[in-house]
Amino acid sequence: MALHDSQIAGALTKASVLENLGAVRAMIRRHKRNDIVFAGIGLLALMLGLLTLLTLFIDLVMDGYPRFNLQFLSEFPSRRAGSAGLLSAWVGSALIMIVTFLTAVPVGVAAGVYLEEYAPKNWFSDLIEINVSNLAGVPSIIYGLLALGLFVYGLDLGQSILTAGLTLGLLILPIVIVSTREAIRGIPVAIREAAYAVGATKWQVVSDHVVKYSQGGILTGVIIGMSRAIGETAPIITIGALTFIAFLPPSPISDVAPYLNFEWLSSSFTVLPIQMFNWLSRPDHAFHINAAATGAIIIMLTLLMNGTAIYLRYQIRKNIKW
Amino acid sequence: MVNTSTPLKAESKDLNFFYANGHQALKSVNMPLYENKITALIGPSGCGKSTFLRCFNRMHDLYPGNKYEGGIVMHPDNTNVLAAGVDPIEVRMRISMVFQKPNPFPKTIFENVAYGLHVRDEKNKRVIADKVEEALKGAALWDEVKDRLNDLAFNLSGGQQQRLCIARALATDPEIMLFDEPTSALDPIATANIEELMSELKNKLTILVVTHNMQQAARVSDYTAYMYLGELMEYGDTDTIFTRPTRRETEDYITGKFG
Amino acid sequence: MNTATNMLNHFTTLPISPRLAKNIRRNFKERIIELILMLAALSAVFTTFAIVAILLYESFGFFKTVSLIEFFTGTQWTPLFEDAHYGIMPLVAGTLTTSFVALAVAVPIGTITAIYLSEFASHKVREIAKPILELLVGVPTIAFGYFALLFVTPLLQKIYPGLPGFNMLSAGLVMGVMIVPYIASVAEDAMRAVPMSMREGSYAMGATRFQTAIRVVTPAATSGIVAAYILAISRAVGETMVVAVAAGQQPKLTFDPTEGAATITAYIVQVAMGDLPHASIGYQSIFAAGLVLFALTLCFNILGHIARKKYREQY
Repeated sequence: MALHDSQIAGALTKASVLENLGAVRAMIRRHKRNDIVFAGIGLLALMLGLLTLLTLFIDLVMDGYPRFNLQFLSEFPSRRAGSAGLLSAWVGSALIMIVTFLTAVPVGVAAGVYLEEYAPKNWFSDLIEINVSNLAGVPSIIYGLLALGLFVYGLDLGQSILTAGLTLGLLILPIVIVSTREAIRGIPVAIREAAYAVGATKWQVVSDHVVKYSQGGILTGVIIGMSRAIGETAPIITIGALTFIAFLPPSPISDVAPYLNFEWLSSSFTVLPIQMFNWLSRPDHAFHINAAATGAIIIMLTLLMNGTAIYLRYQIRKNIKW
Repeated sequence: MVNTSTPLKAESKDLNFFYANGHQALKSVNMPLYENKITALIGPSGCGKSTFLRCFNRMHDLYPGNKYEGGIVMHPDNTNVLAAGVDPIEVRMRISMVFQKPNPFPKTIFENVAYGLHVRDEKNKRVIADKVEEALKGAALWDEVKDRLNDLAFNLSGGQQQRLCIARALATDPEIMLFDEPTSALDPIATANIEELMSELKNKLTILVVTHNMQQAARVSDYTAYMYLGELMEYGDTDTIFTRPTRRETEDYITGKFG
Repeated sequence: MNTATNMLNHFTTLPISPRLAKNIRRNFKERIIELILMLAALSAVFTTFAIVAILLYESFGFFKTVSLIEFFTGTQWTPLFEDAHYGIMPLVAGTLTTSFVALAVAVPIGTITAIYLSEFASHKVREIAKPILELLVGVPTIAFGYFALLFVTPLLQKIYPGLPGFNMLSAGLVMGVMIVPYIASVAEDAMRAVPMSMREGSYAMGATRFQTAIRVVTPAATSGIVAAYILAISRAVGETMVVAVAAGQQPKLTFDPTEGAATITAYIVQVAMGDLPHASIGYQSIFAAGLVLFALTLCFNILGHIARKKYREQY
C-alpha cells in the first residue's frame, strides 16, 4: 500500500497535473480529509477546558446543594457539619480584600506610571522590569513564606488580617503594574503633547490625562488581580492562618469619633478558600458538602469578577476613538 | 497587433473582484495570457494589478468574504479556475507564485525547495534530490549553494532568497508562474539576475509579472497590460505599448507625467 | 536654527524673575512626585530581594543542622519525626511526577488548541474561545483540588480499582487541564506572530491548512511554543492546592503516579497548618524546601523569558 502510494506520488512530480488529474484530485481529497480531522480534534481540545470547567461547577453545585441557604452565610464554623457556616470566612475575605486593594492599587498604579512615563531607559528601569516579570512567575506559596518570615515574625504583625492583606497585595502587584502599563501605552503621544502645549507640568499631564484616560484598563487589571487574591489559598495557609474562627474581627466602623477603628487589622481571621480547604481535608463526608458549597460560591465570585473584567476590556477596545 | 499565432495559456473573462469590505477592485477585466511569453502588468499603486495576479492562484480565498465574478480560463483544458467547483489547491498545484518580498520558510535551503514535493506526497529521496538540484539550477542558484544545502535559508542574501523562492516554485513544474513585484525589495544587481532568470524561464512556462518598474516591464515582457482603477486600460505587445500607446492615460503613465 | 538655540540658552541663563520663582517650588513638587513613583516601582525590586533574603536567612539556620550532602542525596524526608531525615529527593520526586503527568496532558492539548485557534478557527470562534480560556485561568486552584479529590479520583478508581484515595495521577491530570489555557495562549501568540507572507508562501505551493500549520507555522513559532512549555513547567512545579488536597501528604521517593506522595508545595502547606515553634528545625525546613522551589521556578522562568524574547525579536 505504501509502495503504491509513493508510485502515485512519484508520478505526480514526473508528469504535469493535467496528465494526472485523477491522482492529483485523490491526493488533494486525502489532504483535505486531514484538515477536517484536525479541525475536529482541535475543536475537541478547545472544548476540553470548557467542559472541565462546566463539570467542575456542576459537580460543586450538585454536591453543595443542601447548603445553599442564607443560614450558611450567617453561621460560624462548627464541629457539626450541618450547622457550620461561612460567616467568619466571608467577613475575613472582605476585610482582607480592603487591605489588599489599598496596598496593591496605589503602589501598582504608581509603579506602572513610573515605568511608562518617568523611568529613563537604562539598566535601572531594566532591573525593575525584570523584577516585575519575574515576580509574576513566582509561585504563590513563596509569597506565603515571605510573609511568614517578614510580616509575621520579622515585623511582628502576627497572623493577622493586615499580614494576609499585605501578602496578597504583593502577590497581585505584578498584575496591577502590567495592566497599568498596557493601559497607559494605549494613550497616544498626541494627547500628551496637547497637554504639554498648554503649559501643563509632567505630573499634570500624567494625573489629568494619562491616568484618567487609562482608568478603564487599570480597573480591568485591578479586578483580575482582586479575583486572583480572593481565590488564593496557599500563601494564606503558609502564614499560619487559623482555620477554626468562631468570632468576627472588631468592626472597622465605630459609633464614636473618629468613627473608624483599626483594631480589626490585627485580628486573626479565616477566609473562604481556607475554610473550604479545611472542610475538604476532613475525612467526614458531611463536611465535603460544605466544601462544595463554598467552592461553588468562590467560583461564582471569581467568574463574575473575571467576566466583568473581560467584558470591560472588550468594551474599552470597542470604544477607543484614537 | 497582438500575435494571434501564439497559443493561449489562459485568459480572464469579464473578471470582477470584490474585497470583503465590498470594494470592487477589478472591473470586468478581459486579458489573454500567451504560452511561453511574459506578460507584464503595470499601473499606479492601488490599480488592482496585484489583486488581478492573485486571482490566478486563488490567493484571495485565504481571506473570508472576498468574491470573484467571471472567470479565468486555463488552456488547453478549458478549466475556469475561479469556478465554484474547482479546488483552489488544485489550481495552485498548476500555477505557482513568487512574492514581493522573499518569503523562504524557516527551514534549510534544501527543505525549502523540496517543500512543494513534500506537499505533493513525494517520498522518494532520489526523486526529491534530483528535482531540488534541477530547480536550483533552473533558478541560477545551484553554484552558490550546492555546498551548503543544509544551511538555513535565512542566511542567504535577499537576492539569493528570492531566487530560492523561484526554485521552490519551479520544483513542482508549474504551468504558469506569477511574479508579484519580485524585485521591489532587491538591489539593482539582484534585480538584473532575476530579470535574466525570467527570460530563461519563459522557455519552460508562462509568466505573469506585476511590476512598478517601467523599465523592467519594457526589458523583460513580451506583452504589457496597463491597469487603472481596477480596469484594464490597454493591452498589447510591449514594444507597441511603450512606443505607440493608443490611449492618452497609458502614455502619461509610461512617460511619468502621472503615477 | 543655530541662532534660535543660542537665544534659548541665553534666556535660561538670565536671573529668575520673582514671577518665575514659583517654578522652583513647582519643580520641587514635580521631583518629589517622581521620587514617590520611583519608590513604588522599586517595591518590585524590594519584594524579590526580600524573598531571596528571607529564604536564604531561614535556610541558613536549617543548613547549620543539615549538611548539603544529606539534603540533596538523602532519600528520606521526615523533619518532623523523632528519627529525622532531611533528604529533599522524595519531595522533588513528587513534584516532578505530578508535573510530568500535568505536562503529558497540557502539552499536546495546549499545542493542538493553539494550532486550532491560530490556523483553523474562524474569527468568531476565536473571539468566543479566548475569553473562555481566560476565565478558566481565573478559577481558584482550591476548586480544582476538590475536583481532583472527589470527582476525578473516584472516576479513576472505577477504571483502576487499586488506586489509593490520594494519588499523583489524579492531581496531575487536573493540574494538566488547568495549565492547558496557559500553554494555548502563549503558543497561539507565537503562532500569530508568524508573518502572513510565510503562510501565503505555503498555500501558494498547494499546501492545505494542516500542511501549512504543521510544516511551516509550527516550526517558525518553535521558540515561542518552547517558551509556553517552559513557563507551563514552572507553573506545574509551583502549583500548590491541587497537589496538597489530592496527591497526598506523605513524602515518598517514587515516580509512580498511581501512588500518593507529597510535593515540595504540599509539604510546606502541611507544616504551616500545624503549630510549629518559630526557629525550630521544622519551621526552617519549609524555607529550605521553598528555596529549592524558588530556584527551580526561577530557572524555568528565565529560560522561558529568553525563549519568548527570541521569537518576539525574530519577526
